[in-house]
Amino acid sequence: MIRFTLRRLLSGAILLVVVTSASFFLAHLAIGDPTAGLLGDSATPAQRAALRQQLGLNRPLLEQFWDWLSHAVRGDFGTSWRNFQPVSDQISLRVPVTLSIVVAATLLAAVVGLIVGIATGLRPSGILARVLKLASVVLFALPGFWVSLMLVMAFAIKLQWFPAVGYVPLTHSASGWLRSITLPSIALALGAIVMIAEQLRNGFLEVNNQDFVRTLRARGLSARRVTLHVLRNASPAALTVLAIMFVGLLGGAIVVEIIFNLPGIGSLTQSASQIGDIPVLLGLTVVTVVFVVVVNFLLDLVLGWVNPKVREK
Amino acid sequence: MNEAASPAKTAPVSAKQALWSRYLRRPIGIAALAVFLLVVIAGLFAPLFAPHDPNFVDFALTQAPPNSDHLMGGDSAGRDILSRLLFGARTTLYGAAVACLTGVVLGVPAGVAAGYFGGLTDRVFSWISDGVQSVPGMIVLLIVAAGTGADFTVLMVTVGAFMAPGYYRISRSKALAVRKEPYIDAARVAGLTHIKILHTHVLRAVHAPVIIQSALTAGIAMGMQTGLQFLGIGTASDPNWGQMMNDGFRTMLTHPLILLWPSAALGITIAALAFMGSTLADLVSVRTEPAPRRRRRAQQPSDETTSSTGELVHPAELSALRIENLHVTYGTPHGDKQVVRGVCLDVAPGEVLGIVGESGSGKSQTVFSALDLLPMDGRATADGIWLGGQSVGELPRAKRHALLGTQIGYVPQEPMSNLDPCYTVGHQLVEPLRAVHKLSKAKARERAREMLLRVGITDPDRVLASHPHQISGGMAQRVLIAGAVAGNPSLLVADEPTTALDVTVQAEVLELLRELQQEYQMALVIVTHNFGVVADICDRVAVMKDGRVIETGTVEQIFAHPGDPYTAELIKASQDDTASRAELDAAWTKAGRTVHT
Repeated sequence: MIRFTLRRLLSGAILLVVVTSASFFLAHLAIGDPTAGLLGDSATPAQRAALRQQLGLNRPLLEQFWDWLSHAVRGDFGTSWRNFQPVSDQISLRVPVTLSIVVAATLLAAVVGLIVGIATGLRPSGILARVLKLASVVLFALPGFWVSLMLVMAFAIKLQWFPAVGYVPLTHSASGWLRSITLPSIALALGAIVMIAEQLRNGFLEVNNQDFVRTLRARGLSARRVTLHVLRNASPAALTVLAIMFVGLLGGAIVVEIIFNLPGIGSLTQSASQIGDIPVLLGLTVVTVVFVVVVNFLLDLVLGWVNPKVREK
Repeated sequence: MNEAASPAKTAPVSAKQALWSRYLRRPIGIAALAVFLLVVIAGLFAPLFAPHDPNFVDFALTQAPPNSDHLMGGDSAGRDILSRLLFGARTTLYGAAVACLTGVVLGVPAGVAAGYFGGLTDRVFSWISDGVQSVPGMIVLLIVAAGTGADFTVLMVTVGAFMAPGYYRISRSKALAVRKEPYIDAARVAGLTHIKILHTHVLRAVHAPVIIQSALTAGIAMGMQTGLQFLGIGTASDPNWGQMMNDGFRTMLTHPLILLWPSAALGITIAALAFMGSTLADLVSVRTEPAPRRRRRAQQPSDETTSSTGELVHPAELSALRIENLHVTYGTPHGDKQVVRGVCLDVAPGEVLGIVGESGSGKSQTVFSALDLLPMDGRATADGIWLGGQSVGELPRAKRHALLGTQIGYVPQEPMSNLDPCYTVGHQLVEPLRAVHKLSKAKARERAREMLLRVGITDPDRVLASHPHQISGGMAQRVLIAGAVAGNPSLLVADEPTTALDVTVQAEVLELLRELQQEYQMALVIVTHNFGVVADICDRVAVMKDGRVIETGTVEQIFAHPGDPYTAELIKASQDDTASRAELDAAWTKAGRTVHT
C-alpha cells in the first residue's frame, strides 16, 4: 500500500513538473514580448525596453526557467507583471470560488449520476433509461457555457429564482452562497451527470450478466444486497469518468465563471492571458495540475478499495 | 465489426453499404443527418442564401425585432442576424473540421501503433495520452491565444491536440483487438509485412469507430470554439456564433432574441452531430440492448407445450424437486427462441440425479428455471414446479426466492467467475448466513470457518481473509460448495461442478459432493456432459438433447442398455476420453476408491 502510494505521488510529481515546464516554454515562445500587452500600444520603445529589463526578460530563457522553477518548488510563483502583487495571493483569493462550483458540480454529478445510473441499471429498458439515453447523447456534447446561458435565461431572468450573476462568500451568508453557486454548478454538472449515469448503467448491464451475480441470488440474498454487489463491481468505470470530468470541469469553469460573473480563477485566467501576464498564467497552471494530480490520486485510492485486484498491479 | 473478420475482398464494400442503409432506416439518424447537412449547405452557400452583407451596419437595425426583410432582426451593432448566422456556420464547420483532422492525424497513427506493436511503443504513447488528458486544456488554449494573436486555425489545431487522446484510445483498443485475431498471425506467416497488415486489416477495423469519434469530437470542438469566441478570442472580423452569443448575452435582459438565435443554431448543430454519432455507434457496436421485458411466466400455451418429454417416477408430495413440462424461451432480436421444450424430471430426497447432454442441450436452463434464476430476457413456463413436496411454480417471486439458500443450494460451473472479485471470501460466506439465516456476526463467521474445514480447506482463516483472485480454482470451488451447503439445504443443484477444474481436483470435488450429499441426506441434481461423472456419483440419469429429455433411467440401465443412439454415443465419447479417464481413475484409486463403470 505504501509503495502504491509512493509510486502514485511520484508519477503525480513528474506530471506536474512536465506540464508546468511545457507551459513555461509554451507561454514564453507563444507570447514572445509581453511588454506590448502589458504597457498598451502607446508605450515608447524605451519604456518597453526598461520593462523588459525590469522583468528580467533579457536573460536567456533557460536561466529564466531555472529561476522560476527554483522559486516555484518553494511555493513562490513570483509577482504579477501587471500589478506586482504576489501571484499566490491573487490565486488563493480566487481558488475558493472556483472550488465551490467545481466541487459542488462534482458532488451533484456523483449523487444524481449514481441515482439515475442505478435506476436505469435496474430497469435497462424502462422509460427513464430511454430518456437518459437521449439526454446523455445531447448533454454530453453541449458545452457548459451554452447550458449556463440557457439556465440564466430560464431561471434567473424569466423565473427569477436565482441571481443571474455575482458571488456571495460562504463566510458572508451560507444561503446566499448556495444560491449564487446553484446555477453555475448545475450548468457544469449536467454533462457529467449523464456521463456517469450512462457509465453506471452500462456497468450494471455488464456485471448483471456475470456468473457471480446469479450465485449471490442463489444464496438467497435480497435484491437490495445483490444490487450493492453489482454497484461495487460496476463503479470503477463511473469513478474514472468522474475524475476525468473533474479536469474538464476546471476548464469549463473558466467560461461559466465569466457568464455568472464569479470572481474565480476563470476570469483571472482570461485577463492574464489577454495581457500576457505569464507568472499568473503559470501559477494558475500549477494550481490546476495540482488539483488534477490530487483528484487522480484519490481516484486511485478509491479504485484500490473498490477492487482489491488493482492494488496488487 | 464483421467486416474486419472477413478478409474477402468484397466484404468491406457491402458491409459499408449495409451500414449506411441500416443507418438510413433509423428515424433519429435520418433527422440528425438532415439537420447536419442543412447546416453544411447553409455554411457552404452562405453568400448565396444570406439576404444581406453580414458585416453591413445599418443603425436603424440596431437590436431591431424580426421583420420581413430581416427575418431574425438585427444585432447590437445593427447587422442582419440571419446573414451573420449563415456566415457563422462556415467558421463553426471549418473550426470543427480542423480540430477533427488534427485529432485524427495525431491520435489514430499513435493509437494503431501502440495497439498493434504493444510494448514500449504502447507505454510511451499511453503515458503521453494520459498526460495530455490531465492538462487543463482551456488554460493552454488561452495561453496559445495570447501568444498567437488569437489565430483561429492555430487555436483549433490546439483544440484538436486535446481531442487526440480520444482518437488514440479508440484506435489503440481496436488495433489491440485485431492484433489478437488468429488471421493476423496467419497473415504474418504468409509473409505479409506489418505495413500491409496495418493497411488491409487494422485500418479497416479502425475506420468506423474513428468516424463515430469524429461526430463526437466535432460537437465538442464546436463547443470549445464558440466558448473561446464568446470570450472574445478568435477572428473577430468573420461572423461567428460565439461572438454573436456574447453580443446577445450582454443584452439578454432587454433583447433575449439576439442570444436565442445563435444559441439555438449551436445547440441544434451539436445535437445533430451527437445523434449521428450515437446512431452509428448503436449500429456498429456488438453490445446488444436487452429486449423489452415481456410478461413473466405468461401462461400462454404455445403450440409446442403439448408434447412433454422425460418421466416422473416419484409421487409429487415425496419429491425433493419435480419439474412438469417445462418450457424456456429467450426473446432475441429475431424473435423468440425456445431452448427447453417440455421437460419433465424429478428427484427424491437422498437421491442423486444426473442431467446429461452436450452444451446447448438446455440442461443448465432447466435447472436455472427450477431455481427461478433465468437471465432477464429468458422466461419459463411449466405445468408445475415442486420443491420439497410443495408446489412452488405459482408462488410470487419473493416467496420463491426465499427458498434459495435455505432449501436449495447451488454449486456453479466456473469457480473463479462465481465469486465476487470485490469482496473477501469470508464476506461472501458470512453475508448470506447473516442476511438470510439471521445468525450473529460471530456465529456466522464460526459457521463459515466450520464449513471451510468441512470441505477440506486446511487453513480456513487465511482463505476467509483472501480475495477470490488470491486462491486457486480448486479452492474456489470448495468455497462455493461450502457456501451452497452452509444453509443446510435439502436440495443441492450442481451445474457442471467439475468441468473447469484440473483432472485430479475433479475427482476430489466429486468425492466431496458425494460425502456431503450422504452426510446431509440431500437430494443432488448434477448437470454434466460427462458420463464418467454420472457413473461415479449418480443414481438416475436424464439425457437431454435439443431442449428435450430423450431418455431417463437408473445408471445401471442406461449404461447396460442405452435406449437412444445419442446416449450410446455420449457414453462412448466419455470412455474414449482415455487420457483423462486414466488420470481420473488413478486419482480415484489413490483416494482409495474403485470406479464402478
